[in-house]
Parts: sequence; C-alpha cells; structure tokens
Amino acid sequence: MATYKYKTPISEDDIRKLKVNDVLYITGTIVTARDQAHRRALEWAKQGKQLPINLNGLAVFHCGPIVKKEGDKWIAVAAGPTTSTRMDIFEDEFIKNFGVRVVIGKGGMGKRTTEAMKKHGAVYGAFTGGAAVLAAKAIKNIRTVEWYDLGMPEALWIFEVEEFGPLSIAIDSHGNNLFEAVAKTTEENRAKIYEKLGIGK
Amino acid sequence: MNDIERTVEETAINLLRLAVIYLPEDIKQALQHAYETETTEAGKTNLKAILDNIKLAEQTQTPICQDTGTIIFYIKAGAQTPNLHKIQQALTNATRKATTQIPLRPNAVDPIQGKNTGDNTGPNIPYTHWEITQGNQIEITVMPKGGGSENVCTTGMLVPGEGINGLKKFVIDTVTKAGSKPCPPNILGVAIGGGSDIAMKLAKKALLRPLNQPNPDPQVATLEKELLDAVNQLGIGPMGLGGKWTILGVNIDYAARHPASYPAAVAFNCWAARRATARIHSDGRVEYLTHKMR
Repeated sequence: MATYKYKTPISEDDIRKLKVNDVLYITGTIVTARDQAHRRALEWAKQGKQLPINLNGLAVFHCGPIVKKEGDKWIAVAAGPTTSTRMDIFEDEFIKNFGVRVVIGKGGMGKRTTEAMKKHGAVYGAFTGGAAVLAAKAIKNIRTVEWYDLGMPEALWIFEVEEFGPLSIAIDSHGNNLFEAVAKTTEENRAKIYEKLGIGK
Repeated sequence: MNDIERTVEETAINLLRLAVIYLPEDIKQALQHAYETETTEAGKTNLKAILDNIKLAEQTQTPICQDTGTIIFYIKAGAQTPNLHKIQQALTNATRKATTQIPLRPNAVDPIQGKNTGDNTGPNIPYTHWEITQGNQIEITVMPKGGGSENVCTTGMLVPGEGINGLKKFVIDTVTKAGSKPCPPNILGVAIGGGSDIAMKLAKKALLRPLNQPNPDPQVATLEKELLDAVNQLGIGPMGLGGKWTILGVNIDYAARHPASYPAAVAFNCWAARRATARIHSDGRVEYLTHKMR
C-alpha cells in the first residue's frame, strides 16, 4: 500500500495510479450529495440544465453533516460518511455525466459503480464510519450550499478541505473491489468456523 | 416544576452530553487494544482514525459521530421516591433541550407523516425502560443508539432441537450478513429465550454491560468468549475492509424459554458505544457513575 496526497481537480492519470488498499488524502473541493441530490442532478443532466457547480475532477461525499451558522458563515460541526450502497442506483450515471474522480463514503458500493469507475477513471475512498469530528477538522471552509430546499442533510454542501482523509481506496479504476473480495473471504471463513466448532452446515 | 423534575432534567441533559462526547473507558481501551493488535493495514488505518476522532471529540467537546442516535433511557426507580410520575416528562424535556444545547442531530421522524419532528422527541420517543427497586434513589442511564448499527439488529426464532449450536450459527450468520454496514468493529448483545420481544430487549440491555465484565455465570462467560473468537475469524475487519477486529466484545443475557420456542436476538452497537449513568440520591445529590462530570 502507498499513501497519495492529491489536489483537486484530479486528473485521470493520477486516479489510474491508485490501487485498492492505498490511502488517499484530498486537498481542494469536495461536494456532499446523498440520495435526493443524486436524483436531482441526474434529472437536470437529462434536461440539459447546468448543475450549480462543475464537478469535473472533484470528489463527491456521501454525507449529511451537522452544520451551524455563525453570522453569515456556515461551520461544519460533524461530517462523517453515510452508507454508500443507497447511491448505487445513481452513481454510474453520476460519474459518467459529471466527471467526478473520487466517491467518498462508507460501507462500499456494488458492481455497477465498480464498472463505471473502471470505464471512466474514478475511485471509491472509504472514510472511517463515525469519525465525524476528524472529517469536520479537515473542512477549512464551507464555500456555499446549493439545493438547500432538500434539507440540511440532503443539500449540496461545497467544502474546501485540507488533507481530507485517510481515505482507504476500496474500489480502484482497474475493476478491483476490496469489499467484494472481503465478502468472498468471509464466506470461506464462515465454512471453516462452522467446521471448527462442529456445528454442521 | 418540583425538585425531582428539575434534578432529573438537569441530570439527563448532562448524561446526554457526556454520552455523545466522551466514550466510556472500557470501550476506549478495547479500541486501543484492537489498534495495537490489528493485522491489516486498512484495519490499522481505520482504527487510528477512530482513536484520533475520539481524542478530537473530547478536545473540542463535539459529538463523536454526527449520528447522535435515537434516545433511549433505562431507569431504576426506588419505590419510595416521591413523584415518580413526573420523570417521563422530565426526560422528554431534557431530550428537547439537549438537542439544541449540545447540539444533537434531530433523529425523530414521524413514520406516518414522514416529517422530522426536529427535537428528537415524538410518539414513544425518547423511550424509557422502567425497573422498580427498593429505596428512594433514582438511577438514570441514557443510550443514544446509532442508526447504522440498529439496521442490522436481528431476531430469530430458532429450532429448539439445535440448542446452543443453532445459536452459534445464528450469531455467526448475522455478523456475516451485517458485513461493513454497522461500521465495524462493533459490540454485540446476544440474548436467548423469553419471547421475540424479550430476547431483543435483553440483547440491547446487555450492550450496557462494560466489556471488561464477563457474564457472572462461568458457562455463559465461556460462550461469550467462544462467540467473540468465532466472529473475529470471519475477517470482515474494521469498516469491512478486512482484518482481525470485527467485534470488540460479546455480552450474553437470557430468559427461560417456552419448550417449543428458541427465541434469539443479536443487537449491534456502534464502536461509538454511547452510554452514561448517574444516581440521584434522596437528598438531591447526583453521583455520576460512568463518567467524570465535566
């Protein structure tokens, strides 16, 4: 495993260097998007409407943060990842349409997303679930919020971050998916444990 | 508002704040030990991030995780305490105030209207489990329970003829199926018997027992250890990225069962295993049992 530190916008060449189990830190711009924001973004793309921010080369973060307003300024209090599998139904089109290079979340994603990442040059970076204060510390500024009508957790929060991570690369742009590999090993281990405990199939 | 209402409310707000910011010592020690003995790089990286996050939360007095959970109370009420009927309202008021003061994320959604109530209270929430004890003290425990780990809690009506072997399979299968979803490493509460509801109630309550206190029955303590070793051989690892530490501890409780039934329940808690307890004495003095008051 190797550690990489990238600045946004990230190029396809740099993304292709990353392999599963590497660790990535990102400096630059990352944008939160959950279920509702993914859905709306794809609807807008279909209608040929421009998104409020150009996502090309940036990272999208599956996160519904706790934010507070001090004067005119938004401050991120706690901003850990949410479960990514819910976005599996959108992410391949999202990557294809908007050119995001990194998807950040927890719990991993499936085949469709893995294939899109291979085809278009993107990776999945797992951020530690629950480590919300660590994430908030790396958010140096909230540039703006878009689509606030979707509610605080579902809005597009545009974060300026410094060395945001550690992100464990769990899906790379070469078709490797660490979560699927672990799930396969787990199944094999389960059979061995059954045998060891003498509890049948 | 009378004295008991005020004392319960203030104490419950303090307990909520202590629980969401400061993890109990036994959990911190278990996570430190997991970090030191984890075998995979990805596992170590994630456990390090967890330990860093715990320290940062304490330094900045910020909730450890943005999901500050569903608010559940466990009360041991001394039968001679006056005005016990005022306690539920005091706990609801405390939850409402804590939501804006700490702050907590509003996590109570009316399932019929689909609307977030905005203050962590709603029908039957915060939920309170009552136990009547002797004397005139009140013991309050709060468990802010995270959603990700709640989503994989499982009840099973097993086949009585398979006995303990059936239970072992059920626990191993449940952890396998949960995989990366509950943000491993987790804590497991396991319960057998009673009925489907009683088993889950006991399993969840077992999550309150510190990890360094095995079941007092040596036979059950052995089963706890055997199950812990078994599930940690699955290799799911921290955050499901592979590794030695999937579960930090297994706590078992049980009730007698119907001859035809073998109810079993597995409750998961987050590594951010938030709980805090205080005792209110009859003279109004408050003693914090799990945390240093700060």
